[in-house]
Amino acid sequence: MASKVLHAIYRDDDLLLQAVKQIREARYHIGEIYCPFPVHGLDKAMGLAPTRLAITSFMYGLVGLCVAVAMMNFIMIEDWPQDIGGKPSFSFIQNMPAFVPIMFELTVFFAAHLMVITFYMRSRLWPFKKAENPDVRTTDDVFLMEVDAANHNIDDLTDFLYKTGASEIKLIE
Amino acid sequence: MYTLSSKLKLTAFIFMIVGAIGLMYGFIAAPETVEDVKEMMASHGEHGEEHAGEETEKVNVEQLPGGNNAEMHSESSATADHGAEAGHGEEASHDDEHYEHILHQLQNKPWAALYVAAFFFFMISLGVLAFYAIQYAAQAGWSPVLFRVMEAITAYLLPGGIIVFVLLVLSGLHMNHLFVWMDPEVVAHDEIIQNKTAYLNVPFFLIRAAIYLGGWIFFRHLLRKNSIKMDDATDNRIFKKNFKLSAGFLVFFIVTESMMSWDWIMSLDPHWFSTLFGWFVFASLFVSGITTIAIISIYLKSRGYLEFVNDSHIHDLAKFMFGISIFWTYLWFSQFMLIWYSNIPEEVVYFIQRMEDYQLPFFGMLITNFLFPVLLLMNSDYKRVNWFVIMTGIVILCGHYLNVYVMVMPATVGESWFIGIPEISAMLLFGGLFTFVVFNSLTKAPLLVKGNPFIKESKHYHY
Repeated sequence: MASKVLHAIYRDDDLLLQAVKQIREARYHIGEIYCPFPVHGLDKAMGLAPTRLAITSFMYGLVGLCVAVAMMNFIMIEDWPQDIGGKPSFSFIQNMPAFVPIMFELTVFFAAHLMVITFYMRSRLWPFKKAENPDVRTTDDVFLMEVDAANHNIDDLTDFLYKTGASEIKLIE
Repeated sequence: MYTLSSKLKLTAFIFMIVGAIGLMYGFIAAPETVEDVKEMMASHGEHGEEHAGEETEKVNVEQLPGGNNAEMHSESSATADHGAEAGHGEEASHDDEHYEHILHQLQNKPWAALYVAAFFFFMISLGVLAFYAIQYAAQAGWSPVLFRVMEAITAYLLPGGIIVFVLLVLSGLHMNHLFVWMDPEVVAHDEIIQNKTAYLNVPFFLIRAAIYLGGWIFFRHLLRKNSIKMDDATDNRIFKKNFKLSAGFLVFFIVTESMMSWDWIMSLDPHWFSTLFGWFVFASLFVSGITTIAIISIYLKSRGYLEFVNDSHIHDLAKFMFGISIFWTYLWFSQFMLIWYSNIPEEVVYFIQRMEDYQLPFFGMLITNFLFPVLLLMNSDYKRVNWFVIMTGIVILCGHYLNVYVMVMPATVGESWFIGIPEISAMLLFGGLFTFVVFNSLTKAPLLVKGNPFIKESKHYHY
């Protein structure tokens, strides 16, 4: 990375939230924030776009429903409409109540699993992934904010960050 | 403080008056003798005959319980076939039997319409009371700003409960034929009902109804009284009292609600039984209650009376509407599918009758009570759009009216059902009464509770 960034460390999530607001008001660019736990409202304060994961999940659910319907319609009605205990296999709708448990479960299955996989892919998570942790303490009790310093005066920015309550600031080149 | 606008009052009274007139028309228009029925059907020309012919073709006689039915239906098909040349001695007697059957159904029609509407509005306020008690018992932090709205809706419990009770007493006095098992002549020839008379007899039935209603109204009275007292409280003593009362109420409620559903609804079909019926009725009354809370809250908010209620509160109510609608569907389907799958004749007639004679309301219910709320209230943003919630709420309420309708009507009016003047009038009558009682009760206390330990959290509730 050619550009310079500042790593500012905060010890409290309230302080962090406040700092994010001040930094955004001062029009500095926040690259990334590393937290040990979810900070409520951080995404809003940073101005991140809302997730579309729920929408994908809904669509995956519809896919699951279609798979279930197509599968059972083919197997039970079209391919071999056998009389099993007097169940009416003449058309899909006539025997539908018996298929509903499977339709429901496959909808949930597709919606849940494909959404999780989407989440992994979008956030680039997999078993042998190398951890991208700038400071080991961020998984325990400190919050680290990465501020873009490329076009700014480093000293001014450092002063500003100290004023927002940062306890440590490091320049990374 | 809320002041009842004269416009709303006038609307409520107009509803009540129009409803009462329509209902009276319904009672007057109901035929009194077999001759009236014949005349009515004759005035429809050949239609009646054709209809009877179709009916018998559609009904699978073997699936109906008891030999009697099979015989009766073959007879009625015979009369239908020879309808054109009716008037011969033997056939005439069968003919009379058929017309008498129709006569009873038509006489029941206005009564059943009255009963469905009375129960529907009563169940809304009962559902709200259950929701209210759950909010207390769960120490919910979001809902206290809505408590006064809920309390106002439960105010209908007293008049509504009395009306339902009076209707039950009138049935017990043989003013109508809603409950077959109340007819001693029917019981005398029916061994199945005879074996149930230890439970299904009029005095015990009315005593039970009095206990349920008395208990619910009593708990409601105490909770409301304490809630008013809490406004001037300095400590949490009254809150704790209400907390315990709510927990006690919920225990009492779940037992009595279940029994109420057997008594007031399931016993309309005394040959049929279902174990999850109590839950099914509960889901219906719960979701209608929550929907009504949402609609009334949004209405009051739009008039500027609930400035402390924000979109997050509406969002939460909409989530409940969404979730409990699915819960209702789950129970509807569980009951339907278990009976459909095993197809045991004595159970399955219940659904055969509904699927054949009530196809549109029976399956239409699934669209209004399930598909509509699921698709419209799934999106998080839509749950915050007030007119969206109102629109979905109205559809849900209509759907649950249909649900009660389909639970009551097949046993009382059978294939002679129609949503016409008596049904709509009864809804108007009770809708007007409900509106008047609820909004009148809203004027009796400030719209924001005080002294509730969660009120501050609730005012700042944000989702």
